Parts: sequence; C-alpha cells; structure tokens
Amino acid sequence: MKMTAIVTIRIQEEDFDTAREIAQLSKGRTDIGAVVSFSGICRGSEHGDVIGALTLEHYPGMAEAEIARHANEAMVRWPLNGLTIIHRTGRITPGENIVLVVTASSHRQAAFQAAEFLMDYLKTSAPFWKREEREGGGNWVEARAHDDEAARRWTKS
Amino acid sequence: MKIKYFAWVRERVGKSEEMLDPPPDVRTVGELMAWLSRCSESYAHAFETPKVVRAAIDHVHVKPDTPIAGAREIAFFPPMTGG
Repeated sequence: MKMTAIVTIRIQEEDFDTAREIAQLSKGRTDIGAVVSFSGICRGSEHGDVIGALTLEHYPGMAEAEIARHANEAMVRWPLNGLTIIHRTGRITPGENIVLVVTASSHRQAAFQAAEFLMDYLKTSAPFWKREEREGGGNWVEARAHDDEAARRWTKS
Repeated sequence: MKIKYFAWVRERVGKSEEMLDPPPDVRTVGELMAWLSRCSESYAHAFETPKVVRAAIDHVHVKPDTPIAGAREIAFFPPMTGG
C-alpha cells in the first residue's frame, strides 16, 4: 500500500529538536526504510576569527515559496515518503541549529541524494542572508562559488 | 508596484520597502535598477555592481532582462547565503 508523503516546511525563530523531527516523520510507518537528516549548525569561528553570532534575514513569502518549489522537485525526482525542512531566522549563536533537512524513503540512495539536493538549493536560491557578528563590527556573509557549483550539478543537461 | 530590499541592498538603500511608479520607458528589471541608480546616491551605491544584485518578481527569481509589466512586488537582494 502506498502511503501519503508528508512534506513539512517551517521558517521560524525558535530552535527545533532534530530527534523529534526525525521521529515525527517516520512514526507509525512501515513503508520507510531510510531516513537521512542534515543539520546546519552555527560555527564559532571563520578562518580563525571569532564569530559571536549570526543573524539570519529572510524574505517572508518568497522563502516559503522557493523552498516549496524545491521540495516539490525533490518529490518528483526521488521516490520520497516524506521530507521536513526547517530554517531558522533571527539571531543564532555558535553551537545552535540553523537549518534541518530530513528525507525519508524506502531505500537510502533516494534519501541521501534528495537531502543533498535540497541543501544545495537552500544555500544558493532560498532567500536567506547571514550577517556575522565579529569583534569590532559585523559583515554580511559572501556567497561562495563552490555552493553555486554544487547546486549546478543537479541541473539536468 | 511594491519594491522590497534585503540584506546589504536594504542597508544601502536605507529602507526595506516602498511603493514606486517607474516611468513607462523603464521596461525591465535591469532598467529599473538603472533608473533607481539615477534617483539618488543611496540607490547608486546599492546597485553599483548590478551584476551582483539579484531580483525576484512576485516571489520568483528573475534575470535582469525580465519585463516588469504586471509585477505586484519586485525585490532586490544580494546572492543568497542561507542554509
């Protein structure tokens, strides 16, 4: 029997409980054979400089829409039984969660690939911007070319 | 139409959103950036490297040559750094 795929997308200031989110996705189901989760966590240093905190700004409305577009694409490309994407906004201190992607499928390959695909697109096309607090001021984090390259490899030629 | 700005584009422009009615000869997203840049030094600073600034129309990413006719909301922002 094919069970319904559950897609959860949340953008929130509050922290989330990774273990609880994984359990929510797979609880009571017998069709899921693989769950992959990726957690993005705030680092306390960048190239040797101390980072006091990150502040995440986002574009309300578009952020949800853009994540939903990529979630839908992942559902089409891989046989997923469910996925959860949570992205935090506001001030986040080192050691705290920033983002969570959980994918569930019958087999591991689809779950691994979909999680990586979603993270690559979250980095390059979901409208979020990080500002770092450093000693003596702050600065907007610059986009990295290797993130764009990582996202491009999913483009069908 | 409503124009929104985010991250350092917002800081340079000095506001997060405004209502604008660009003249009819401003047809594309790129032309809107050029028109804004002529309006004041703040906009000129925000759009000084127009290739770096990204845009969205009604919550969808667009290229500079995209027409703005019919747009309800246009947003300008730096390359994204979420995740």
